[in-house]
Formats: sequence, structure tokens, C-alpha cells
Amino acid sequence: MITTTKGNMDEALLEKREGQFEDDNESTAWVEYWDGDEMVHRSVHVHLKKPMISTSEIGGFS
Amino acid sequence: MSNTQAMATSFKGEILSGIHALGTTVIRAGTGADTLKAALYLASATINAATTAYSVTGEVTGTGYSAGGVTVTNATAPTTSGTTGYWTPSASLTYTTVTLTTAFDCVLIYNSTQSNKAISVHTFGSQTVTAGTFTLTMPTSDATNALIRIA
Repeated sequence: MITTTKGNMDEALLEKREGQFEDDNESTAWVEYWDGDEMVHRSVHVHLKKPMISTSEIGGFS
Repeated sequence: MSNTQAMATSFKGEILSGIHALGTTVIRAGTGADTLKAALYLASATINAATTAYSVTGEVTGTGYSAGGVTVTNATAPTTSGTTGYWTPSASLTYTTVTLTTAFDCVLIYNSTQSNKAISVHTFGSQTVTAGTFTLTMPTSDATNALIRIA
């Protein structure tokens, strides 16, 4: 069973579509379930790859 | 032996832990680890380095999503390795059984204990979710990959 816009439905009755994307910032995968020409479920998984970096510096005496 | 000018690596980690107060007055809402939250923002919003605090302006709305987002699991204290201080949430951010039909591409991590002050902004490819789950998994928490690093 899978959650859908029509309530829980048997996955076997739905068309499953999957996709993925990856670049330097993220690795993303998604899965969709379609009931005929209507998308009734879409989940997304994003893996963050790019950290927030703050570089530190100290000043000298002049 | 010789002396080397440097910022103390321990200081970098301690900044993340709120040990040092270089301002004149510090008012903290608590003395323990703060509660952090993660809110999602529409692709049309303007969340960036100038964002100082969480706001509902531009935040996603939809079935199953509560304004303010989800609580960030913060079970691992900031630490240092080499000359880098770093921290990463200790679990994925998961928005379970939500419907977010307007495209979103950003998560704001903020400090709900300290007046919702902003910590970091992370963007990703624009997404929608339909009666499903949106999961953000974290990079490895080390000096090279951690989500927040002071190098």
C-alpha cells in the first residue's frame, strides 16, 4: 500500500516512475505513482553534498 | 621551536557551541543545546545570507506541513578535526506525508530556542511532493564534508 491523493492504494495498481539527478550540490532521486494520467504520489529524496564553509582569518599588527 | 600566527582550532568548534561571547552583552534563552528547526521555502522566495531569522514569508504551505518545519536532530555536538570546526545534523530532515504543490528549492536551518535566528540556507533543485515524503539527508560529518564548517 502506498499513500496517494486518493488514500492508500495498492502499489501494483499504479504505474511507478522514477528519476534521479546529481550535480556538485546534491544527489536527488524521486519516485512517482500514476493512476492513469493522474499523478497520485510523489516522494523526493535529496542528499546535500555541498557544505556551508566559512573561512577564518586573523589580522596581524601593523 | 617557532611560533605560528593562527586562529585556535578549538575556538572554531567553541564558536559553534556558544562558548565565547565577544560582544558586550549576551542573552541566551537557555544554557543547554538549542533546538534547531528546518523550514522549506518556495523557489520564488528570497532566502539568502541576509536572512536573519525564520519567517513565514515565502515558506511552503500544504497538507501535512506545519509552519516552521521540522525539528533538526542535534545529537552530536560540534567538533574539530585538523584546523576545521564543523557540525552536521545527526539525522535526515524528513517531511512525512506532505503535499507541497508549489515548487520549493530551499531549506532554512534556524535556532528556535534563540528567537528563530537563522543559521544556514541550503538550496537544491526545485521540487514538488504529492502525498509523499520529502527527505533531506546530510553529508558525512567530517572536516571535509560536514554541513557547516569553519575552516
